[in-house]
Amino acid sequence: MKSPKRLWQLFTTFFRIGAFTFGGGYAMIPLIQRETVEKHGWISDDDILEILAIAESTPGPIAINSATFVGFRVGGVLGSACATLGVVLPSFIIISLIAVLLRDFSDLKPVRYAFFGIRAGVLALLLKALWTMFKKCPKKVVSYAIVACAFVLSAIIDLNVLIIIAASAVVGLTASLISERRKDK
Amino acid sequence: MIFLELFLTFFKIGAFTFGGGYAMLPLIQAEVEAKGWIAQEAIVNFIAVSESTPGPFAINMATYVGAEMGGVLGSVCATLGVVMPSFVIILIVAKCFEKFKTNRIVKGCMSGLKPAAIGLIAAAVVSVGVTVFFPAGWDTAVFSGAPFWISLAICAVMAVAAFKKVHPILIICVSAVIGIAAGYALDLPL
Repeated sequence: MKSPKRLWQLFTTFFRIGAFTFGGGYAMIPLIQRETVEKHGWISDDDILEILAIAESTPGPIAINSATFVGFRVGGVLGSACATLGVVLPSFIIISLIAVLLRDFSDLKPVRYAFFGIRAGVLALLLKALWTMFKKCPKKVVSYAIVACAFVLSAIIDLNVLIIIAASAVVGLTASLISERRKDK
Repeated sequence: MIFLELFLTFFKIGAFTFGGGYAMLPLIQAEVEAKGWIAQEAIVNFIAVSESTPGPFAINMATYVGAEMGGVLGSVCATLGVVMPSFVIILIVAKCFEKFKTNRIVKGCMSGLKPAAIGLIAAAVVSVGVTVFFPAGWDTAVFSGAPFWISLAICAVMAVAAFKKVHPILIICVSAVIGIAAGYALDLPL
């Protein structure tokens, strides 16, 4: 099960996944599905859905969550270490190089002008991403109230983000327990 | 000790980000601003770099901030920090998955965390907007300056493009070209 060859396969597979996904997160799922289900037969299609469900309800980047989970299924703790290292390494190498380039060139006039334009473009991309997320928000009064409260507390009152996250978990839990109790009656 | 601080900061960021991707942005903004590590403008620049390079946003961001603050060792510490919480939690969850998936408490908490992430990202987007349109702070003088209107035009056009599902990398490249062209044409004082 945990032969060195299998571990090496896990590493190279997730290295490829890390190197060819732009945007990260959900963009990675189809590639993970192709590599781990269709090509290697390590896990099943149902497992992919399970991984998504888990990744959504645990903290951390989806890429890391999926790599760790698949790695564990295939090769135990060592397997998950290999898969996670594989998925992280491409970004790590590329960004380390870019960080050096940015430091050397970011003061040049054309680069400053380019980033002046890019910052406005990024704002547009963020607005699109925000809209996509908002459409996926559960259509419930409580959910919308939490969205609004989190926004106001963070943007206007500047409350600590961690406090807002912890409080919203408590509010969500309380609301769902109350609605459960109502159903029982 | 910058290396330990990088590790702990990104550990915290990794442990409190639910939903992945941009959900990490508000936390990174808050932490990096509080510590005075990197200018908001540089963070917005880097979102573009992250969009145009492969790999997860979280890893890209951790590697970049780490490299800026502590070189290669710094980026190792930050990346390790952001990865560690998910790694440990998933190992635990993978062993008792069925119980976890149907757990009422987990489901309840998630029903609050998902909308909170949306609200927090909205706040982060507003702060990116402030960085784009009011780089020197709130001042009505910017309305009479060319950079404000150029930014607004780029943002409006690219928002339409983004909603028409134009690829992010193309949007970033075109924005860069417009920025350079407008910058030289009007000799913007940036």
